[in-house]
Amino acid sequence: MNTKTETKKAHNPFVRIVKRERLPFRVRIWFYVIAIFFGLLVTSTLVILSSSKDKNYMDFFAAMFSGAFGSERRFWIFVQDFSLLLGVSIALLPVFKMRFWNLGGNGQILIGAMVATIVMFYWGGKMPDPVLWILMFILASNAAAVWAVIPAIFRVFFKTNESLFTLMLNYIAMVLVKFLISFWYPTGSGAMKTIEVGGLPSLGEGKMGIALMCFTVVTIITVAVIIHLVYSKRGYEIAVIGESEKTAKYIGINVKWRTILTAFMSGAICGVVGVLLSGLINHTVSTTMDANMGFTGIMVDWLSRFDPSAIAPVAFLITLLNKGIGQVNTEFGFASQATNSVITGLIYFFVISVTFYTRYKVRFRSDIEEKMKKVTTPITNFFKRIFSRKKKEEVK
Amino acid sequence: MDYIPLLFGTIEVAVIFLFGCVGEIFYEKSGHLNLGIPGIVCVGGAGGVFGTFLMMNLNPDMPGFVVLLVAMLMSVVFSCALGGIYSFLTITFRCNQNVTGLALSIFGNGFTSFVLNQFILPRENASTLLSIAGQKIFCASLPFAKDLGFFGQVFLNHGFLVYFGLVVAILSSILLFRTKIGLNLRAVGEDPATADAVGIPVIKYKYIFNFLGAAIAGFAGTAYIMNYMNGIIGASVSADLEAFGWLSVALVIFTLWRPHLSILGSLIFGFLYIAPSYASVLFPGVTFTFYGKELLNLIPYVVTIVVLIITSIVGKKNVQAPAALGKPYFREDR
Repeated sequence: MNTKTETKKAHNPFVRIVKRERLPFRVRIWFYVIAIFFGLLVTSTLVILSSSKDKNYMDFFAAMFSGAFGSERRFWIFVQDFSLLLGVSIALLPVFKMRFWNLGGNGQILIGAMVATIVMFYWGGKMPDPVLWILMFILASNAAAVWAVIPAIFRVFFKTNESLFTLMLNYIAMVLVKFLISFWYPTGSGAMKTIEVGGLPSLGEGKMGIALMCFTVVTIITVAVIIHLVYSKRGYEIAVIGESEKTAKYIGINVKWRTILTAFMSGAICGVVGVLLSGLINHTVSTTMDANMGFTGIMVDWLSRFDPSAIAPVAFLITLLNKGIGQVNTEFGFASQATNSVITGLIYFFVISVTFYTRYKVRFRSDIEEKMKKVTTPITNFFKRIFSRKKKEEVK
Repeated sequence: MDYIPLLFGTIEVAVIFLFGCVGEIFYEKSGHLNLGIPGIVCVGGAGGVFGTFLMMNLNPDMPGFVVLLVAMLMSVVFSCALGGIYSFLTITFRCNQNVTGLALSIFGNGFTSFVLNQFILPRENASTLLSIAGQKIFCASLPFAKDLGFFGQVFLNHGFLVYFGLVVAILSSILLFRTKIGLNLRAVGEDPATADAVGIPVIKYKYIFNFLGAAIAGFAGTAYIMNYMNGIIGASVSADLEAFGWLSVALVIFTLWRPHLSILGSLIFGFLYIAPSYASVLFPGVTFTFYGKELLNLIPYVVTIVVLIITSIVGKKNVQAPAALGKPYFREDR
């Protein structure tokens, strides 16, 4: 046995992680801006390196911009996609506030779109259009709501894992859509023709009208949901359930009932987005129609830290990113649209990691920190001189 | 014997589930609910294809075991690289595991389709070389297996990866439930603070077993593309792999977080997954319409949901998920 009693020098780690005080909003915004900047830097470098064409950074960012605002048509498509994403994000917001992981946005959108298509297919042209539209909205939103309520019921009564449940419902919705298409076109290739009758009205001509219609519908829903969340008693109950389910129980909130109702609302709004997708934009239904918005919506909600006022800007940025990358794809000669998810995935990694910096501080060992200060102090002083007016006056 | 292809296919598919499921079990036992498994499965598949192509392109007559080894190595490298991002973000950075997992799935899906369609398939002879490798190397079975009747044709006629999966599952079970390391790991997943107080290096354990889980889950992708599909890369390959990934994550609950039970579970899931294609064999008198067959594809997902519900209703205390699942651990948070 080693019986040396020599006092061992205490282990002093190179890096330590320390909790931070809650940062003010404007500081946190800068963290996110820096993260997005680095994300774009890395992705643009990767794209430029793997592109077969001779392009530089300027081309990348020009393409990013022109993807959303390059032409009138692109702009209206941007507005349309932004509205849809905002709708999905706002639909998923209340359930996430309750810590209910609804990963089934995709499925709920698909079910909404599917039911709307069924209504158009069977009753289009056979009844007055306004009646048809109302029928579409009611049936589709209820069907999608049921799609969200089923997992909610099992979650509140049996504690069934809702994230996997909703994921499986996504796939079931996809199979149902496939079934429906092959039921209608038994000899077809699995794609559906567009339905000419019974589409929703648009507010103007062509793409502009469609985009404006989407925007109007989604804005109404968004305002309603935000009022519901911020000013109503129900919104308060949702917030309490999210913070602590036990507290909610003790102050007399019916947690089970509230969870189920909120899931219903969430599903119904996803269904409305589905109606817009099939009834207004595509006049058909396909398994990829949801464009993964259920997942993107989760990202939007989470990046905005469940703050209703931040949802719209974040959705705006993510749509901008998506459209921009679509344009980068075509201009940089990538055949597949897969680069889209590669780039968004990478940028998500950067933005997700920001939450660490906003909550924790990285401290180095004291002797190293001294050395680092020698380098960083002149730099920080320089920036302080630029950004703060007070300092300037003192210097004078 | 009409049942032979059905049972044979069941085992081939089961191995995909088995790898994914065992990988996720390691994640969950270390306290991490990884919803990024679909992404890791995709990327692992891309790695396997990349390794195979690298070797086959160098020399088409390369000895089989070298190709196999390099393919598996590349699969591990790819899946561990992506798993490393997840581990770094959730262990060191303590980010939300669900959101990180979803980002991982989005990235992995796109990356796989990007690498396969942009870099590998456009190369000359890529698809022929890959399918040759798939048939001759990955699906190479014992030469006498075909003559051994029913048993040989169903159980001994598989490629290397199938038996490798079986061994991995059994070894994982032994590691988790019969060794001290496994006990420590389970302690980390149940209550990291207590484990830390006992002197178990929590962060180190989390990292090591996250990487192990990623490596194992990545083989699922290789097994799907090179073994089940014989090296043929379909247009929807990453979407298919993603579906396998999600089902594997669900399978973990079904198998009560035990790798040896996941052998049984993945056989059941494999059967359900492949059964629709053999509907005429299973129900000889019944003729299925074109659209009726589509509905049969619902079976694996519906069964998963039923399983989720049943396990949550009859859940006993000793078959629950690890207590600290999904919660980041910060030593000073007490």
